[in-house]
Amino acid sequence: MSRNAFLNGDEAVAYGVKLSRPHVVAAYPITPQTIAVEKISSFVQNGELQCEYMHVESEHSAMACSIGASSVGARTFTATSSQGLLYMAECLPYASGARLPIVMMNANRAIATPWNIYGDQMDVMFLLNAGWVQIFVEDAQEALDMTIQSFKVAEHKAVMAPVMINLDGFVLTHTYEKVNIPSQEAVDQFLPAFTGAPHMMNDETPMSMCISAGNQHNMEFKLKQHRDLLSALEIIESVDREFEEQFGRGYGGAIEGYKHEDAEILLITTGSVTGTARVVVDQLRSEGKRVGLVKLRVVRPFPVAQLGATIKNAKVIGVVDKNISFGYEGTLYTNINSALIQSDIKKETYNFIGGIGGRDITKEAILEMYENLRLASVGESIEKVSYYNVRCAL
Amino acid sequence: MTINKSIKLNARNITSDEYFYGHKACGGCGESLALRLALKVLGDEAYLSLPAGCMAAVSFIYPNMAFKNNAMITPFASTAAVATGVAAGLKALNRKHLSVGFAGDGGTADIGIQALSGAIDRGEKFIYICTDNEAYMNTGIQKSGLTPFGASTTTTPAGKVIRGNIKPKKNMFEIVAAHGIKYAATASVGYLEDFMNKVQKAKEADGPAYIHVFSPCPTGWGHESDQTIAIAKEVVDNGLWYLAEYENGKFSLNKKPDLSSDIRPYLKGQARFKHLQDEDIQIVEALRAEKWAQMLAEWQ
Amino acid sequence: MKNFKRVPVPPLNHINDYPMGSSCESFHITDQNSGWRVFMPVINLDKCVSCYRCYLVCPDGAIHQNEDQKFEIDYDYCKGCGICANECKINAINMVKEDK
Repeated sequence: MSRNAFLNGDEAVAYGVKLSRPHVVAAYPITPQTIAVEKISSFVQNGELQCEYMHVESEHSAMACSIGASSVGARTFTATSSQGLLYMAECLPYASGARLPIVMMNANRAIATPWNIYGDQMDVMFLLNAGWVQIFVEDAQEALDMTIQSFKVAEHKAVMAPVMINLDGFVLTHTYEKVNIPSQEAVDQFLPAFTGAPHMMNDETPMSMCISAGNQHNMEFKLKQHRDLLSALEIIESVDREFEEQFGRGYGGAIEGYKHEDAEILLITTGSVTGTARVVVDQLRSEGKRVGLVKLRVVRPFPVAQLGATIKNAKVIGVVDKNISFGYEGTLYTNINSALIQSDIKKETYNFIGGIGGRDITKEAILEMYENLRLASVGESIEKVSYYNVRCAL
Repeated sequence: MTINKSIKLNARNITSDEYFYGHKACGGCGESLALRLALKVLGDEAYLSLPAGCMAAVSFIYPNMAFKNNAMITPFASTAAVATGVAAGLKALNRKHLSVGFAGDGGTADIGIQALSGAIDRGEKFIYICTDNEAYMNTGIQKSGLTPFGASTTTTPAGKVIRGNIKPKKNMFEIVAAHGIKYAATASVGYLEDFMNKVQKAKEADGPAYIHVFSPCPTGWGHESDQTIAIAKEVVDNGLWYLAEYENGKFSLNKKPDLSSDIRPYLKGQARFKHLQDEDIQIVEALRAEKWAQMLAEWQ
Repeated sequence: MKNFKRVPVPPLNHINDYPMGSSCESFHITDQNSGWRVFMPVINLDKCVSCYRCYLVCPDGAIHQNEDQKFEIDYDYCKGCGICANECKINAINMVKEDK
């Protein structure tokens, strides 16, 4: 039987991991990921989860140990954040190039300097090119559910890629919510046991892994990886549908629209800020304004066609970025504009940057974003890239 | 020599099977010989982890794969981390788990030392073999933490003011032993039976084991390719390298050299030492004397 | 003992012909190294006493004992480094200039 519990996002991930029965967990502590690895450790130490828990000496080794374990077919989980993610960065394309279905939680946190332990999404944006599936979740329930789904996506033989589940630091990792924990039997039925794939090291046909390929072959290896990651979108969506059929909770695949179909003005968000934006949309809708919301759940592979289909009726679009690509604009804004061009969709788009270093993106700020988009929709000129909840003049 | 309970391995009783063949190492490569013979002792069941470096570069060039075993190239800093991850994965899957890392001197004493320390500290069984050729050879003979005093490398050239490398080798064997590791040993490809029997002991150890094997590099050291074994023997006989073990918390020396022997023939046989002047050679001799005074006092 | 069969370079006409990930079957030997030699070692079987020394010290594993218990060199993989000749205590191996 499933049961309800009061969990924060980190704990929800830990329960998702436990239910997924990993063989190996290798992790190094970093705020705000710590509660997740503490909880998993307690499951192991209390005999509730049978797995090899590796107390590694760094994030670089957390990922390297995960690579080693996954390369022999072990289901493997790790978790990190911020500086830790950057420290293990070298190992991320390693895991994806070797086609290792490692699942990792990343607690999105600011990047030094100035030092800051609070949430923004600067960390993961550095690693969008690492060949990992990048999932952003909005609340603790979605965090638990996507942990289970991620193993199924990663281990699918057409995908065979590592998956990163991004949770906004503190706002999501440390905030308690009511969460439904599925039963072990139901999860076992959804997520079959994994013991490897033919390209992994095994006793029957010894394999050489992470080999070198010179200029004669290297590009073809990379293109094969790219092709398969692009087609992973379909699997992400079908796994989500399957999950919904079994557990009654689905997330709409790579993109979830909220009151978007007839909306003239759309805001695109990722992660926990979506929750605040929903409240604002409800308020504006009650005032009769045709506004809507698009939650971008998967950023790699990028859901180009799904995005186009979801926003096609809108007149103007705002993109909320909790990151800055220094010297340019918000990273998601760049990605979304490119997707619209690929789909031959011409829309006015604007970039709203906020939430850096744990600063709240307030309800008032989101109201202001919608108001600015409304002004743009009636032909007034507004800044293409603007910054919200800033404490002084720019 | 300390008494080894297992059957003494030698050229006649090791398997005739080869596990490392058709690789692209330079002719006379000491490292590749150490790997070849270690694998004859370890056998099919060993899963190998090798960082980006010479041995990885010469063995995994698609589509030519030189290892018979399961093997993988690891990130440079991660030999011991990947190897212990492999061991953990195999153990969790209830499969046989003999996991072995092979790394060079830079991959061990410099960039890989943190991961190695963490892995030994975790105490799980795995074997780590450092094939020490005393510089970063794959990138073109740059100084590492295990480059000996006086050696000219491409980053410590024999200059007008500074003649080669001015730091002695990092004491890797004792750093490893300080973890209270189950088994550690030094070896040389000049004494191959000794090396193979140490690999056997590492295989039997109930926990992490480390072997540091002196492996000449004709390309990087500037010696004839047929001199690899001779040089690796001479360095032990003249006391510039030592054969030792650490087990059950105790150090022991396996061979006592002639400390009065002339080290000039050893140095002059290699281009990397060609520039050394008398005063430099006196420093090399003093370092030898100091090291042996410590070992003889503490390890007997 | 040479315990593998050389395999041809796989046909790679489509991206599907490439391996999954960066993996390849082990001991997938497509190549030979004989072109590296300047001098080739030749064992004088009249002098050889089968002491196993050359077999032990070869970095390429290219010396092995054949069915007649005689040592022979796999010239497909011998690089001609000369260690075997140098280490042979009774000088039963000569290095002979390659004739190209």
